Amino acid sequence: MAREREGMRKERLDRGIKVRSDGVYSISSWREMSFLLAPRLLLILGLLIMPLVLVPAPYWQKVLIIVCIYAFLALGFDFLAHFVGLVSLGGALYIGVGAYVTAFFNVYLGLPIWLCIPLATILGGGLCTLLLWPCLPLRGVYFAIVSLMFPLLSARLIEALDVFGGTDGIMGLDGFSNSWWEMYVLISFMLIALFALRRLVNADMGLIFRGVKDNDQAVKASGISITFYKAVGVFIASSLGCFGGACLAHIYMWAGISQFALDFSIIPIAATVVGGGGTLAGPVIGCLILVPISELLRDFGTLRIAVYALILMGFIVFKSEGLMSFGSRKYNQFEHWVEI
Amino acid sequence: MDILIYGIINSATLALMAMGFTLVYGVSRLPNFAHGALYVLAGYISWLLLNELGVPYLLAGLIALALVAAVGGAMYQLILVRIRGMAISEIIASYAIGLAILEGLRWGGLKGGTFSLDPFVEGSVIILGVAVDWQRVVVVGLGVVLVGLLWVFVNQTRLGLALKGMAQDERAALTLGIDSDRMAVASMALGSLSAAVAALIILPLGSIVVEAGYHVLIMAVAVCIVGGLGSWTGALLAAFVIGFAQILTVAYLGAHYQVVVALMAIIVTLILRPSGIFGRQKELEERV
Repeated sequence: MAREREGMRKERLDRGIKVRSDGVYSISSWREMSFLLAPRLLLILGLLIMPLVLVPAPYWQKVLIIVCIYAFLALGFDFLAHFVGLVSLGGALYIGVGAYVTAFFNVYLGLPIWLCIPLATILGGGLCTLLLWPCLPLRGVYFAIVSLMFPLLSARLIEALDVFGGTDGIMGLDGFSNSWWEMYVLISFMLIALFALRRLVNADMGLIFRGVKDNDQAVKASGISITFYKAVGVFIASSLGCFGGACLAHIYMWAGISQFALDFSIIPIAATVVGGGGTLAGPVIGCLILVPISELLRDFGTLRIAVYALILMGFIVFKSEGLMSFGSRKYNQFEHWVEI
Repeated sequence: MDILIYGIINSATLALMAMGFTLVYGVSRLPNFAHGALYVLAGYISWLLLNELGVPYLLAGLIALALVAAVGGAMYQLILVRIRGMAISEIIASYAIGLAILEGLRWGGLKGGTFSLDPFVEGSVIILGVAVDWQRVVVVGLGVVLVGLLWVFVNQTRLGLALKGMAQDERAALTLGIDSDRMAVASMALGSLSAAVAALIILPLGSIVVEAGYHVLIMAVAVCIVGGLGSWTGALLAAFVIGFAQILTVAYLGAHYQVVVALMAIIVTLILRPSGIFGRQKELEERV
């Protein structure tokens, strides 16, 4: 890192190739096209090849699956926080609801797995939205508070009332037919979710979401219901989480109260902050970095969570733009010192 | 009669827990999600001083109070001040600090029921035909005294009036030469102090566990929302509403349902009267 210099300032200019590839000229040559495609292909192909590379290490294949599940949550968090303006401190709620809904359909009603997961995604997302609905018409910290309470309380409630298998959880869910399915279903849906969300936030609907975040009075003045759009945002984010939770339950063939655990709430937030909020790809990269670290720290028990919290704090205070914004700046621009 | 007595005790407990949170939010509009962690931290520090270093009870308590207040002030001065005004970052950062403290303590060996503070006074007393531990009487008594002290502090001292001015109109307070950041540090320190006081009074009733951190945070937040965020009288009244609601639930529905009361209270409040019992002036600004 270059330090501040006396009487100088840093000037940033877009690289020529960035400027050329901005508009329709991007199809003018292979160089411009590959400039645009390289980062995207790196992520997509990298993730798709990863399971094959990890064949000698089955344990790390499992870790890759967990990375994808956290990535769903992180995408949802980033979308809600930076495009709709709602801070959700309870990602564990989505995982837990998804896991229990799919377990309910699979074990109690005997539906097949390929029907259970979509049902859990849609119904679970709907259920989460319904639970969080009362705090949607309000601005401020209410959403954060209520979303923080739900996972803590629902674990205790299931324990206290002894419903859905109580502390033992629901056992005997169908698994995926083999581990390749597990990995490729999760990876491909995660990539689809990532690029679909990136499209969505630039579509008309995305504009309304940003309006809700930045100037809700104006959105309201345009005759658009803020509560409805916030609910749609929450539905999208919680469906992603529920999909992750449902897959998790089928992979472990078990749904239990540990799926309301704090890890599911804090890692996605940390991944978003580390990777760069508001970029959508950043949180995925954050998960790719943080979740393996978490596995390495598994021996230390709950110290993991404390470590995340510290990483999170460090990034939010000292490097709040995150890795993704930093990386894309370096990729798209060059900097040099000029006299003031 | 049981319900009345225990309802009052429970309400006083809740009011003590919520005081710090509402103080900080009221003055600096900063939701302190580390509130519960500071509560547990105070209990743990005084336990350490008492049992590991053999410091007398009163001194240990005072040191713990001072340390926690310092931690609270430092938290603002070192971390939160840098992200002031960015709502998303404020929430995430204070939550992260709280988690770091709580889970760090859990890793550091704070688990199981082995950590407990002795009650100030042993034995029990019979009030209106109900047997009550002396400690619970102390909780109510000290609760009343503390709320009184806080009232005097806010309405009579210069610092208190400055805090109140900050809460009412930040810009006007700035023009009168009140430093916003220093007031925020003061309010964080005071808020942490009252979390610590609550911890030292309430914790002798049970044992010090990490889960208490989350529980206290939830209850404090519930009380504040029902009372109207940032309103002190509202918070007091809400403590009584929720306190009695909990005791009634336990008496008529069973102890299982007690955990839901706080959540239901928040949701009903948000639906019926989003600005809380006493939060009328904020209605326009927070409700879109």
